[in-house]
Amino acid sequence: MSTPLIVTKRMVDHPSDSHTLERYEETGGYVEAKRALGLTRDELVEEVKASGLLGRGGAAFSAGLKWSFLAPARPSYLVINGDESEPGTFKDRQLLERDPHQMIEGIIITAIANEVHHAFVYIRGEYPKPARRVQTAVDEAYANGYLGKGIFGSDYDLELTVHLGGGAYICGEETALINSLEGQRGEPRLKPPYFPAAKGLYMMPTIVNNVETVSNLPHILAMGSDDYASLSDNADTGTFMMSLSGHVNRPGNYELPHGITWRDLIYDIGGGITGDKELKAWIPGGASAPWFVPEEHLDLEISKDATAAAGSMLGSGAVIVMDEDTCMVRAAERVVRFFAHESCGQCTPCREGTTWLEMILRRIEEGQGRAVDLDLAVDVSDGISIGLGWPPKMTTICPLGPSAVSPIKALKDYFIDEVDRHVAEGGCWFPGAKKTLNTPVLVGSPTTRASRSAPRAES
Amino acid sequence: MSIWSEATQQRARDILSRYPEKRSAVMPLLYLAMAEEGHLTNEGMAEVANWCEITPAQVQAVASFYTMYKRERTGKYLVSCCTSISCMLLGGDDVLHAVEDESGVPHGETDQEGVLSVEHVECIGACGGAPAVQVNYELIEGVTPEKARELVQWLKKAKPEVVNTDEMQQLFGGTRSFDWGIAEQGGAVGPYPAFQPLGTVESEAEV
Repeated sequence: MSTPLIVTKRMVDHPSDSHTLERYEETGGYVEAKRALGLTRDELVEEVKASGLLGRGGAAFSAGLKWSFLAPARPSYLVINGDESEPGTFKDRQLLERDPHQMIEGIIITAIANEVHHAFVYIRGEYPKPARRVQTAVDEAYANGYLGKGIFGSDYDLELTVHLGGGAYICGEETALINSLEGQRGEPRLKPPYFPAAKGLYMMPTIVNNVETVSNLPHILAMGSDDYASLSDNADTGTFMMSLSGHVNRPGNYELPHGITWRDLIYDIGGGITGDKELKAWIPGGASAPWFVPEEHLDLEISKDATAAAGSMLGSGAVIVMDEDTCMVRAAERVVRFFAHESCGQCTPCREGTTWLEMILRRIEEGQGRAVDLDLAVDVSDGISIGLGWPPKMTTICPLGPSAVSPIKALKDYFIDEVDRHVAEGGCWFPGAKKTLNTPVLVGSPTTRASRSAPRAES
Repeated sequence: MSIWSEATQQRARDILSRYPEKRSAVMPLLYLAMAEEGHLTNEGMAEVANWCEITPAQVQAVASFYTMYKRERTGKYLVSCCTSISCMLLGGDDVLHAVEDESGVPHGETDQEGVLSVEHVECIGACGGAPAVQVNYELIEGVTPEKARELVQWLKKAKPEVVNTDEMQQLFGGTRSFDWGIAEQGGAVGPYPAFQPLGTVESEAEV
C-alpha cells in the first residue's frame, strides 16, 4: 500500500499556486482550525498525543507530550521554528514558500490547544521569499478574520507576528531562538531551569514547534489520530519529509512513507548516484548526524529507532550523499567548518574545540598534516563530547558542539587510511582539490591529554 | 530627535506594534537602519537603541552576533556564494572562485565603486539546487561557474534597481530544490532581506 502524501499533497497537485488563499480554501483549508475552537485544551492535546506526531525539527520528541508540559501561568506564547539552517535541510523552505496557509492553520490549532493569544513565526534571514509568502498569507488570514480579534467570529483573539532572523544557525535551538526573539544575542539558555514550557519567551510558558510539525496538524484533525497513526507500522507515525542532496540524480524534498530503506531512498527515489559512480558515504540526518557507509547501513530501515540503534539520527531529515570521488577529509572539514562558524561562543569546549578541529582538518587536506593529527582531532573531540558516543555526552549548554565531532568520528571509524594517505602524500589527491579560502592554515596544536599527563623527561 | 525620515519612523512604529515588548523589535529595526543608510553605522544603532529603550551597547551586542547585519560599507549587490557541504560537493567552491575572479572582489570585501560585495556563506537551504548563490538574499539555484561570471557581468552592466529571484533564476540558474510555482513580482533593493514589514521589498507596480 502506498502511503498518501500529507503535507506536500497540495503543492504536488497544484504546483503553480498552492500558496494562495484561494487554492487553500478550495482544497478544504481552515475547516479544522474553525472546528478546533469548539474543542478543549485536553481534547486537542490528547488527539495529538494519540496521533504519535513527533517534532520534525530534529529532536523527534512527541508533539502532544510537549504541549502537555506547558506550565499553567499565562500569557503563554507559541513560537514556530522556521530557522531551518542545518546543512542539507530545505524542507521547511518548501513548506513556508509553497503552502503557508497550511502552517498558519496548524498555528491556529496549536494556539487554541495551548491557550496562546500571540504566536510568532521565526524565519531565517536568508529566506526572504518564504517570509514574504508567509507574511502575505498572514495578511490574508487577518483580512478574513482567521487571525486577529475574535477569530472565525468567536471571542478568541490570536495575533501572529512574522520575525526574520539574522543569519545564525544556533537560533534554531529553541532557547537561543527565544533569546533572539527577545532582542538578545542568540545564545542558548541552560536547561534546567529555562525549559520553554515553563520559562520561555519573556519568562512565560512557551511552545516551540517546527514548521513541518504544525503543518501536519490540520491533517491529523481531519483524518483523526488513529488513521494518522496507522499510516505507518512502526513507532514513527504519519509521513516524514526528507531533503535529499549531494551526488544523486534526483535531489529534492520527498515526503516519505515509513519502512523504506536507505537503498530505496538513494537508489530508487533519488535515482542513484550521479554518473553511475559508487556510493562512498552519506549523512543520514543533517550535518549534525554521524555518517553512514554502504557496507554497514544501506539496508537499514529509515526510522527513528533503527537509525538510533546504528548510532546516528534522522534529525532534520537531511540526507547528503557522497560518491566515490569525494574526499572525506574535505567533506569532514566542510561540516566542521560550519559548526566552528556557527558556534555562539558561550561554552569553551565548543568555541575553541570546533575551531581547532577545523584547523586540523584544513592542514591535513592542504598538505601540512602530521601523523598525530587524527589522534589530536579525536582528543579535541573527546573534550567536546566525551567518548564520542551517541547520543553524545555533552560538555556544553546545547548540542551544537557535540554535533561537530560527527565527521571526526566518521574519519576515525571508516576512513583512517584516507587520512593517513593525505599525511603521507602531502595533501589531497582527489579531483578538484584546491584551497577554498585564501586564509592561512594555523600550524601548531593544543597539547593532547596524553602528553599533558605524561611525566616530563628529565633534562 | 530621530535621524530617520518620517516614512522610516512610521515603519519603526508599525514594527514595534507587532511585539509585546519593545526590545523584541531590535532585529527588524536593525534591518530598517541598514536600509536607511546602506549598512549599520554607530548612529543607526544608537537610533535603534532609542526606539527599543535599551543602550547602544546592547544593540551592538546583537548586531555583532548575526552575520546579516553589515557594520561595514556593503555594495549595492551582495553576492553570497554557498560553500557548505552540499554545495561544495557539486562545485560551490568553483562558483565562488568564478565570482571572485570575474568581479575582482575577494570574499568578504567590496569593490571601490560600492557596487559589488562578495562573500562565501554557510548553508542557505538550497541544497537540492546546489550550488546556490544569493544576490541581496534573493536566491539562484543550480549555478555553474560560467553562469556565475555572467551574473557578475549582468549586475555590473545592467545594474538592476530591483533584484528579482525568478528573473535571475531564469537567466543564471539551473536545477531547483523544488518547483517554485508562479513567478514573483518585485524583489530586493539593497544588501538586506526584502520583506514587507521592513518596507524593503519593491513591487513591480511601485517601480
